[in-house]
Amino acid sequence: MKQLVILSGKGGTGKTSVAAAFAHLAAEGEPPVRAVLADADVDAANLELVLSPQPLETHEFVGGSVAVIDPELCQGCGRCCDVCRFDAVIPPSPDVGRRGQGGEGRAHTIDPIACEGCAACVYQCPEEAIHMAPQLAGHWFRSDSRYGPLFHAALRPAQENSGKLVTLVKQQARLLALDGGYDAVIVDGPPGIGCPVISAASGADLALIVAEPTAAGIHDMERVLATVAHFRVPALVCINKADIYPAGAAEIEAYCHAHGVEVVGRIPFDPTVTEAMVHGEPATAYRPDAPASRALGKVWQRVAIGLECHATS
Amino acid sequence: MKIAVASGKGGTGKTTVATSLALSLAMGEPDQPVPPPPAFLDCDVEGPNAHLFLAPIFERRQDVAIQIPRVDAAKCTACGRCAEVCQYHAIVVLGKRTLVFSQLCHGCGSCTLVCPEGAISEEPHAIGALEAGPAVRGIPFARGVLNVGEPMATPAIRQLKQWAISASGAQGSVVILDVPPGTSCPVVEAVRGADYLLLVTEPTPFGLHDLRLAAEVAVELGIPAGVIINRDGIGDAGVDAFCAAAGLPVLLRIPFERAIAEGIAQGRTLVDIHPEYASRFSTLYQQIVGQVISLSRAGG
Repeated sequence: MKQLVILSGKGGTGKTSVAAAFAHLAAEGEPPVRAVLADADVDAANLELVLSPQPLETHEFVGGSVAVIDPELCQGCGRCCDVCRFDAVIPPSPDVGRRGQGGEGRAHTIDPIACEGCAACVYQCPEEAIHMAPQLAGHWFRSDSRYGPLFHAALRPAQENSGKLVTLVKQQARLLALDGGYDAVIVDGPPGIGCPVISAASGADLALIVAEPTAAGIHDMERVLATVAHFRVPALVCINKADIYPAGAAEIEAYCHAHGVEVVGRIPFDPTVTEAMVHGEPATAYRPDAPASRALGKVWQRVAIGLECHATS
Repeated sequence: MKIAVASGKGGTGKTTVATSLALSLAMGEPDQPVPPPPAFLDCDVEGPNAHLFLAPIFERRQDVAIQIPRVDAAKCTACGRCAEVCQYHAIVVLGKRTLVFSQLCHGCGSCTLVCPEGAISEEPHAIGALEAGPAVRGIPFARGVLNVGEPMATPAIRQLKQWAISASGAQGSVVILDVPPGTSCPVVEAVRGADYLLLVTEPTPFGLHDLRLAAEVAVELGIPAGVIINRDGIGDAGVDAFCAAAGLPVLLRIPFERAIAEGIAQGRTLVDIHPEYASRFSTLYQQIVGQVISLSRAGG
């Protein structure tokens, strides 16, 4: 069983469109590759929009905790405020104190959005007036899609711990793949290079970087290639919307050549990709003969060889 | 006035909008004295790109560091109190040794405070850098860059805002923040304290799905928001219907045009490709000011 992660650095280069096409091509290929799908972009999960999954299970995701101060116990000493490095403790307003609202007028409060969940204040409060309250940060789902099992998640807006949720979604996909004798796990990754990307890429056998031939796309491709190299995940690159700026595509190829990274295909700009998205289908299923679909087919063939999936099916 | 340009979905054109808004304000209105340029903060520390369009000359640089614990083995009794209070499993006791995992550490200092032997001191661990200097049209530009392999973007964004907003003396003037994609902690850190959230989207099912989430962030943080529809004409009408139903004003539409896509790919700004956008962005800014003022009056 092999694990593929699809990354890009820059957002909006087409990771999810590529992942959806791979899900389709894997399931209906000759021979088929049996794949479990995982949407690891839990901030903005879009793979479900093109795979029309039937939900089988919904689970709560409790991420970190935030501090809560009991106003009855707080004596207003301000120790919590002194030790908090995240500016999350709000001192009582002087006006409230003057109005003389009993003990509660002295109480400090916590800004739950600023709170990092470190609990330093909990251990320093001399009145033991602070406790940690677990936060429902989102949900994760196991679904059946027309191309195989899909694990996905929805992080509630403005929540922390998306890296933890990514790890959870991926672990679940991996467990099912191992139990069910699947050939591969295909992970649709998040943008960036930080915590959720590191979580999505860890343990992958291969990363496919979807690069865009734009000034910003090339800059971010270099950063994500350095990131996967840092974690020793081998990478391939495909160039999406390659004909928008041919000089940029040539620059990507030169960079990859110089760094020993194989470029496995150029996908042309093709309105079919957006039309397919509007119809809720992968481009390769919606219009198999479109230029983008044919290019995606070739990229998948090369990636499947990289995963050594064909031999096992 | 702090305007944060955000999106939920990546690649919708945040940097395109943020850079052209900054340039338009720096150019000022015809027949008017040129106003002081707005400050620009690139808060997308995982994939900072605005420098490619605004060509800053970096004159100041500072490390982004978090304070990580350092255990004095001579004083440590391996009592395990530090490991007990650490919420991130960044410090563990194995036998007689206390180990620190710097990449898990959030730099909260809790272990230092609880160590009964006073065996823990702290040392800075660099996770990235802050850079600042003048960009085109005198725009004070600052950015944060997260080091490759470092997981935590949030401290870099927090320190960038503290460093740049105070240093540029930007009090009272305009600050434009280019926000990372997504809806979780780095986004919240970047938009906290903003007076207005400018949401850039594209009229597709992916754009709509992620705009909904970004709009929820705006509500959660109590920041007024408006929408720019980029690549107008591709996709479907879902985004328009959502904005109408949610009461989100659509402030600008940028059509899908190959000339724009090619120009941006080459590192040109929208106001350079189509100069008529300068006055559109100035009008958009006036609308934002109007919306913020009327809301602050309504709020008392």
